[in-house]
Amino acid sequence: MTAGYIAQQIVNGLILGSMYAMVAIGFSMIYGIVRLINFAHGDIVMIGAFVTLGLLQSLGAPFPVVAVGVLLAGGLMGVMIERAAFRPMRGAPQVTGFIASLAVSIMLQNLGILTLSAQPRNFSFPDNLQEVIHAGGVSFRVIDLVIMAVAVLLMCALILLVRKTKLGMAMRATAENIEVARLMGIPINRTIMAAFAIGSALAGIAGLMWGGKFGQIDPLLGYVPGLKSFVAAVIGGVGSIPGAILGGYVLGLAEVLFVGLLPPIYSAFRDAFVFATLILILLALPNGILGRATEDRA
Amino acid sequence: MLKGISLQVGRGEIVALIGANGAGKTTLLRTLSGLLRPRQGAIRYQADAGGRETDLTQIPAEEIVGLGLSHCPEGRGVFAQLSVRENLVIGAYRRSDRQGIEDDYRRICETFPILGERASQAAGSLSGGEQEMLALGRALMSRPRLLILDEPSLGLGPIIVAELFKVLEEINRQGVTLLLVEQNAVAALDLSHRAYVLETGRVALAGSSCELLNDSNVRRAYLGGTP
Amino acid sequence: MNLGQPRWILLGLALAGLAGVGLAQAAVDDYVLSIINFIGIYAILAVSLNVTNGLAGLFSLGHPGFMAIGGYVTAILTFPASRKAMFLELPGWLAGSEMPFLPALLAGGAAAALTAFLIGLPVLRLRGHYLAVATMGFLIIVQVLIENWESVTRGPLGLNGLAALTDLWWVYGWMLAAVGVSWKVKFSSYGRSMLAMREDSLAAQCLGVNLFRTRVAALAIGAFFAGVAGGLWAHLVTAITPGTFSLIMAFNIVVMVVVGGTGSITGAVVAAVVFSAITEIFRPLEESFDAYGIAEILMALILLVILIYRPSGLFGSREPGILTAGPTHNPGNHPETAQGGQK
Repeated sequence: MTAGYIAQQIVNGLILGSMYAMVAIGFSMIYGIVRLINFAHGDIVMIGAFVTLGLLQSLGAPFPVVAVGVLLAGGLMGVMIERAAFRPMRGAPQVTGFIASLAVSIMLQNLGILTLSAQPRNFSFPDNLQEVIHAGGVSFRVIDLVIMAVAVLLMCALILLVRKTKLGMAMRATAENIEVARLMGIPINRTIMAAFAIGSALAGIAGLMWGGKFGQIDPLLGYVPGLKSFVAAVIGGVGSIPGAILGGYVLGLAEVLFVGLLPPIYSAFRDAFVFATLILILLALPNGILGRATEDRA
Repeated sequence: MLKGISLQVGRGEIVALIGANGAGKTTLLRTLSGLLRPRQGAIRYQADAGGRETDLTQIPAEEIVGLGLSHCPEGRGVFAQLSVRENLVIGAYRRSDRQGIEDDYRRICETFPILGERASQAAGSLSGGEQEMLALGRALMSRPRLLILDEPSLGLGPIIVAELFKVLEEINRQGVTLLLVEQNAVAALDLSHRAYVLETGRVALAGSSCELLNDSNVRRAYLGGTP
Repeated sequence: MNLGQPRWILLGLALAGLAGVGLAQAAVDDYVLSIINFIGIYAILAVSLNVTNGLAGLFSLGHPGFMAIGGYVTAILTFPASRKAMFLELPGWLAGSEMPFLPALLAGGAAAALTAFLIGLPVLRLRGHYLAVATMGFLIIVQVLIENWESVTRGPLGLNGLAALTDLWWVYGWMLAAVGVSWKVKFSSYGRSMLAMREDSLAAQCLGVNLFRTRVAALAIGAFFAGVAGGLWAHLVTAITPGTFSLIMAFNIVVMVVVGGTGSITGAVVAAVVFSAITEIFRPLEESFDAYGIAEILMALILLVILIYRPSGLFGSREPGILTAGPTHNPGNHPETAQGGQK
């Protein structure tokens, strides 16, 4: 257990955390504005991964084009899901919305299996991105650096959007009080759609990152980031964007350190550990680290 | 539940709606703003003299403010997590004239200096009276022709209420029509030209505010009995 | 309308079913018989989830977890000692024993109910979709434990070579038991407290309903029958692996309860029959056309349509009039709140 080893684990945790944060932000944005858990959010990550694969392999497109393509695909997916499953559920009990999004998730997964087959596919970025860099006892690939840089860039852009633009203000107002927002003349259907589009675009790009990090993708891959982004969002305080970012990094670090620092026997219990943490947080710290009490959980 | 309500509000008037809790006052205002739809009936609204009449029941809530009807909701309804300045600016959401919005913002800060002082603070940190000023200022930012207010005096001390109602009078003098729902019948009848009394979903009485102030039934039920 | 009428109809149906079972066992071929068995087990699962989700309004996705617990306990108990020694490392008293089917099933159900009680204590303090996610977490934790506790469960490989003890008599019998218990609970004062709690927990508390105890009981009753269903499943397939008890299975059972009508026992049974029939019919089609996933997509689509256009499900919270004709009236006929879970 050297300092170098721990540093490596921390770096790995930060990379993983960047991805979880990307997905958690979108999840929190959606939850903040419609107060519903979007179970299909993780599957948008899966779609992003496959779109990346398609663009890279079939078109051989350069990285920036792929990134933009994935953002668009994710956003479009989010808008479709909102129209098909969430808008009709507005006003229904929250569990109904949850089941509906669960149904959408299962549909997306099975559509993926149907059209793409359940076999995992290999995923590799062009060689220049796979180069390994060594710095101060820690090593990572160029693609990992790109992942973190893109994540930080997008997070800053998002925070600017939410705090400084008219749309951002409309989203915050709608999230706080949808009726009064209507009284102000804010077009809530469009505002909600925008939140879904932006949040899902981020999930899409997380799919690109996921493929790059793990090297293999399959239609069921959305399950893990979906659930973990929920955990991350809850840790940070669901509905809060800074909370989602914090939660994502906390979860990423905790997961990597859990596996890296405990004897190998326990690594398989990693997922159980994540969910046990979730349950504990829901019971003990229901508003997460940064969240506000906006509803009753228990 | 409201049944068989028929009201009229003329340009430039101040009309009060008084009644006890549960009489249906808030329901009525929410129907005017498009948040609720009546099962029967129409809301005829004429934005300008000689202008077209529109039936508000056919228009989505988000567009009603664009027609010049602004609603100051029950309980203030300020966006607690937005700053004071953002709350005011959001009142002008439908407007696109940046200079006009800035000018109005400045004017409102002059009328309510406390808002200017606290411009960058979260609106949730303001006191009840300050929040009411904010809600009012926000409603004015859309340059309304008709301003409807739901219980503006709720939870406020008498001095603040007096100040508030002086401001309302001034606003009316500048040409804004006011429809005011209040539990505080005295202040409401004092301020308004005409009034309706709502009881369990129906209009029980109507007339000029002076008449109602002197009506013995109204005195007994809403004004504490003594002259 | 006389008091005796509802009882006669129910008794009649039960006897008719019994005759049907006898006929099937004798006349129908093995393949179709196994399908009927599966349908029956799904019916037990749907009816048991209906107690938790439908009657008490607790949205639980953890049902397959209870199935797994019941299934493994039953399997380990019926496993011949010799085989146990081959695969597993169990404490002495367990390694040597070998039980007949009924006590093993009861033990499985009891283990599941006990687990429900234990996790219910912390988790049932949550509400609505947070409860749903916590139950999902429970499911995942159970999966992970099973996959890794190899000395007891043999991990991902699971246990195979179980005795094929399940036949239609067992399935039918347990289905009657599940329906019977649910019916009794629903139409008892206990059931009324559950429905009251589902519809308006604040009012229920004011009326003195002990919310917490009622919730734990609802979870435990559902878990018991899920555990038994798990045991029946294991001895039908003659194998038990962790992969069976997945979120997809949880979803499928939820679809049955929601589409049938949360709170309606008849609805749960009908929906279970329809949906498992759909799955079984599509299975060979999917295989021959290499088009896996169609049945699931169809089920998800049906669920969405029902949620949008008829959210209280096909039967709402009610049982068909002819089964309840008589002084026992239907409690909880409010379609608007017939979705599990309060805000």
